[in-house]
Amino acid sequence: MEYLLEALHVIKVFGTLKVNDDVTLKVKPGEIHAFLGENGAGKSTLVKMIYGALQPTSGEFRWMGKSVTIPSPAAARKLGIGMVFQHFSLFDALTVAENIALAMPGAFDMKKLSERITRVSRDYGLPLQPTAVVADLSVGERQRIEIVRCLLQEPKLLIMDEPTAVLTPQEADQLFVTLARLAGEGCAVIYISHRLEEVKRLCHNVTILRHGKVVANVDPAKETAASLARLMVGGDIHVVKSAREDQRGATRLKLDHLKLPADGPFSVELKNVSLEVKAGEVVAVAGVAGNGQSELFDAVSGERSLASAAMLAIDGRPMGHDGVNARRNVGAAFVPEERLGHGAVPGFTLSQNVVLTRHSSDEALVKSGMVSSGGAAGVSQRVIKDFDVRKGKPDPEARSLSGGNLQKFVVGRELDRKPGVLVINQPTWGVDAGAAATVRQAIVDLARQGSAVLVISQDLDEIFEIADRIAVISRGELSEAYPASDLSSEKIGLLMAGAHELKETLHAARA
Amino acid sequence: MNDQLLSVILTIITAATPLLLAAIGELVVERSGVLNLGVEGMMAVGAVSGFGAALMTGNPYVGVLAALVAGAALSLLFGFLTLTMVSNQVATGLALALLGLGISGLMGESFVGQPGVHLERLHIPGLSEIPILGPILFGQDFLVYLSLAIIALVSFVLFRTKAGLIIRAVGDSHQSAHALGYSVIGVRYLCVMFGGACSGLAGGYLSLAYTPQWVENMTAGRGWIALALVVFSSWLPWRILAGAYLFGTITVMGFSLQAYGIGIPSQLLSSLPYVVTILVLVLISRNRALMRANTPACLGQPFVPDR
Repeated sequence: MEYLLEALHVIKVFGTLKVNDDVTLKVKPGEIHAFLGENGAGKSTLVKMIYGALQPTSGEFRWMGKSVTIPSPAAARKLGIGMVFQHFSLFDALTVAENIALAMPGAFDMKKLSERITRVSRDYGLPLQPTAVVADLSVGERQRIEIVRCLLQEPKLLIMDEPTAVLTPQEADQLFVTLARLAGEGCAVIYISHRLEEVKRLCHNVTILRHGKVVANVDPAKETAASLARLMVGGDIHVVKSAREDQRGATRLKLDHLKLPADGPFSVELKNVSLEVKAGEVVAVAGVAGNGQSELFDAVSGERSLASAAMLAIDGRPMGHDGVNARRNVGAAFVPEERLGHGAVPGFTLSQNVVLTRHSSDEALVKSGMVSSGGAAGVSQRVIKDFDVRKGKPDPEARSLSGGNLQKFVVGRELDRKPGVLVINQPTWGVDAGAAATVRQAIVDLARQGSAVLVISQDLDEIFEIADRIAVISRGELSEAYPASDLSSEKIGLLMAGAHELKETLHAARA
Repeated sequence: MNDQLLSVILTIITAATPLLLAAIGELVVERSGVLNLGVEGMMAVGAVSGFGAALMTGNPYVGVLAALVAGAALSLLFGFLTLTMVSNQVATGLALALLGLGISGLMGESFVGQPGVHLERLHIPGLSEIPILGPILFGQDFLVYLSLAIIALVSFVLFRTKAGLIIRAVGDSHQSAHALGYSVIGVRYLCVMFGGACSGLAGGYLSLAYTPQWVENMTAGRGWIALALVVFSSWLPWRILAGAYLFGTITVMGFSLQAYGIGIPSQLLSSLPYVVTILVLVLISRNRALMRANTPACLGQPFVPDR
């Protein structure tokens, strides 16, 4: 048996869209095999078929040399295929052991299972407490549950869908050790990622998909990150240009010992957050998801009111008690993380969505209580043109746009106002490389025109690309904002883990 | 005095049992992530079916069985509409409550005024004759014991077995449960039917044990109190027991105060359980931590498996 898994001429059609077009690839035992491609290239669909969650329209899968059909995830698990999902398939209200028990066939013996979990998690360097409730765990720990869940079934093939997108650099390193060990034991790994450096470092073989087709199968050791990117996109990727000047103006956004109590059992308390963002600069807040980013955004945008007005000042005016509209009216703009449902109403057209965030700050949009549809359409057309939003109809519903195009629209809608202060949470989350570059360039350009920009992001590459200063949020506490040039991924990783003693090291280094 | 106390306690048990049955059924439904507001309608249909079947056969146990089946059958309709046809659960549940009341009125037209068949209380020689405790512990009808057994059973199944784990998992994240290969819709159908059967039993208890006769609208809002009890219990089975008996006591207190001629308008006293329901819900809902910890995260959300 030379190959563990072979896909031969696999085609998957959704309606009129060919998501996978004649895909042929081969995975050897013990090999870490990367699938690279932009969003919508068909990677997720392909692995869902391998995992039995979807059925190919035509084509064939071979497992250990024999032709197989994989009718369900249960059948895939029986063959020895395990999968760690990008959006975890975990149950927040249940314990670690209960989550794992749900994926295990056979008898239900929590005590024995807990012992096995402890043993396997220790063997593979993935520490887990079986009785912990998932809702209380960090994203990294949640991923460990998924991995341990797969490992307990002794898989021959492990599929990982963008596993490091949610991890700190240290957690990612730990994961690579685990994966290398698994591969050493003969288990094959299919590894989906956007991060090219990571693929180069970890993988033995790379298959690159574009528009549903396999465009290349290469040895990552012989490629550079840039050559892999070219294969993925089919051209060069725009590089964000920022004339980094030290011409900082006055402080436009100031957080002064901002405190915000937790909003429920799964929420984080903000403790004494202080930060100043000056005219002309981009300040980024890095951190692992769930450390207080959404709370910080809610506090700054005015979705949750603060205990004292002085905790937040925009252009010197204390605004802590004011709501979202009042803050918009003094020139601030906000882009939340979740574009569909929070940033835009899914069932409303784009021009209606323009009115929703700009009705009080733009006089032309609402006159004596009446919406000016012409005015709204004008703004919406301008944003669509400036940000190259691709759409089917002239004024489509927000939900009909792809993630990247909707993100360009939601960001563009706010940038179009030329806000004095922009706060943006996860500007390019789940957006493909092309759209991400557009959004990042627009953010940097806005700052260079004299606005203050605060970016909350989990993507370190993005942060290093656009930020002038970087602060790290960890368990509701914000570190000092360090100049980007003083930091490396490793140092940020330490801050993420909450090692505030790093402050001293950095001070020492600068002195 | 002893006799009076005894009769009050016995009335509390009879007042609490229908609430208990309906609420524990709805608790299982909601644990699986489905909100069925039609409890009142299923109870009404259970009551009339139980009454009719007992009347025709002369056997109250046939009546109990008929009430159970009728409640489950009506819930199956709800399941088809909300799970298979993915209609809005709140609207469908409200419609089911009205539909059930209407159907029960229609079915029960010829039963009005007829003397019903009474579900006898058990009599264990010796034990049932112990003063006070005997009639309370050993002299109830079998549905009272069944209702307590169901609480224990539901608590055991939900928290000690794999079946219960699957129910809780489906209610917590149907997408994840689906991804693991569980039949979300299948699990929910079973839970909805269990809830319907329990509501039917609750209705049957009203027309066979509580007052063995058929009167239109005899459920008198108990279905709604049962729904409130589920929230009151924060989705924990044993708290249903406490809540149902608390509400039973409040109901009986209303009657007793009237009997003593205390100068409060009777309408105000009979509204007491509903006022307390609202008060309790407000107090509980204020504690967000308590509410979120056990609330099934998918409660009321339709499930459509992605392509």
